Amino acid sequence: MLTLRLYMLQRITALLMAPFVLVHLGVMIYAVQDGLSAAEILGRTQGSALWFLFYGSFVVAVAIHGAIGLRVIAHEWGGLSGVALALFTWATGAGLFALGARAVWAVTFA
Amino acid sequence: MTPTDTLTVTIERGPAGAETFAVPAYENQTVLDVVSWIQQNADPTLSYRFACRVGMCGSCAMTVGGVPRWTCRTHISKVVKDGAVTIGPLKNLPVIKDLAVDMDPFFDKWIAAEGVHHSGQTRHDPIAPIDAATPARVAADAGIECINCAVCYAACDTVTGNDAYLGPAALQRAWTLLQDDKDTGRDDILDAVSGAGGCHNCHAIGSCTAYCPNDLDPMSAIAGLKRETAKSFFSRGR
Amino acid sequence: MIARAHPLRLAYLLHRLSGLALALFLPVHFWVLALALTDPAELDGFLHMTEAGVVKLAEFGLVFLLAVHMFGGLRLLALDWLPWTPAQKTLAAVATALSFLVACLFLLGAL
Repeated sequence: MLTLRLYMLQRITALLMAPFVLVHLGVMIYAVQDGLSAAEILGRTQGSALWFLFYGSFVVAVAIHGAIGLRVIAHEWGGLSGVALALFTWATGAGLFALGARAVWAVTFA
Repeated sequence: MTPTDTLTVTIERGPAGAETFAVPAYENQTVLDVVSWIQQNADPTLSYRFACRVGMCGSCAMTVGGVPRWTCRTHISKVVKDGAVTIGPLKNLPVIKDLAVDMDPFFDKWIAAEGVHHSGQTRHDPIAPIDAATPARVAADAGIECINCAVCYAACDTVTGNDAYLGPAALQRAWTLLQDDKDTGRDDILDAVSGAGGCHNCHAIGSCTAYCPNDLDPMSAIAGLKRETAKSFFSRGR
Repeated sequence: MIARAHPLRLAYLLHRLSGLALALFLPVHFWVLALALTDPAELDGFLHMTEAGVVKLAEFGLVFLLAVHMFGGLRLLALDWLPWTPAQKTLAAVATALSFLVACLFLLGAL
């Protein structure tokens, strides 16, 4: 159910996300100090290629990582397998990516 | 020796349900002794499996108090709580009858993991000298004392959730062969442990290592396989 | 389940459940952020909610889940890929978690 390729994808995205999560946690702790507002968030992110790249890569990595993780749970605890499991994995990954990409676009270049 | 007290022993007999027996308690008594007493004195139809009674053959493992154990080397005082204990068949394997499980899936996966000798020489070649001190040989030696009792296999949550998973014992054997200078099946082994049921399904839950009666460490052996296959992922591209 | 509770098994459960919870939270998180595009006023409404006590607690929970899943994951990576002894790995995980906790407390206190 997890082949070498899926395992490597899972571990590589995990390694990639470790620094992302640290930065994300840091920004969160910093941002909530004066209360969150749409203007505050957009002021930081809008038009910024750097934040677009950061959150864009984060979304790609989390979509892959989350899809593989949920695949394991769906198989081991949900009994899903075969084509249904493959469909579930792809749908989860695509769904997470679409929602995440839309959010990143909304706070950067939209 | 005279009995000192009475034990309340519940035997889980698969689809037939659980049955409780009163068994005389002796000071020196293993779980296997208790099961044998029931079979010999209370219910001759009770089915279970054992052979050597000294922890060599690996045939007497059962679930004792919810934990997989070798019953011939487990003193009853270790598992009895308030004078009672529950004994059932090993988990993760089909029950044949009562306490006897079908070990076929366990051994089939042993073969599927390429847990067989891959010979590169014939009987006419000289015997290759083996240096017992090399790191590879030390790693192999750490895993070869497996008695095939399937305690690790029964303890593994990943096996429970994933039928195809080869399990700790088979993967540990693959790891010891990978470290063995006399074994030439490296690529076959790496392929066998990289498939849909391979070592990458292990979540390092560690129950195999926690419950191995011989104090082996299958979890670390499987981690070794993950390292080797990850290296081959970059070098062989698969 | 209880009969076979040991530290690594609990760590596995924590890692799986935190991952599951994060995966379920993510779509909501993305949807709220995308409001910046479709309905900025409602986004502000959501963001104001974060000052309420219950929501603050939920936020703390999320930060906790994220931290737990990340360190649990780094522990797994070390276990799989670094040929350390188990004791070294446990020590490293404990040290990392402690230093992270100290850093977070420092940040929260200083700001």
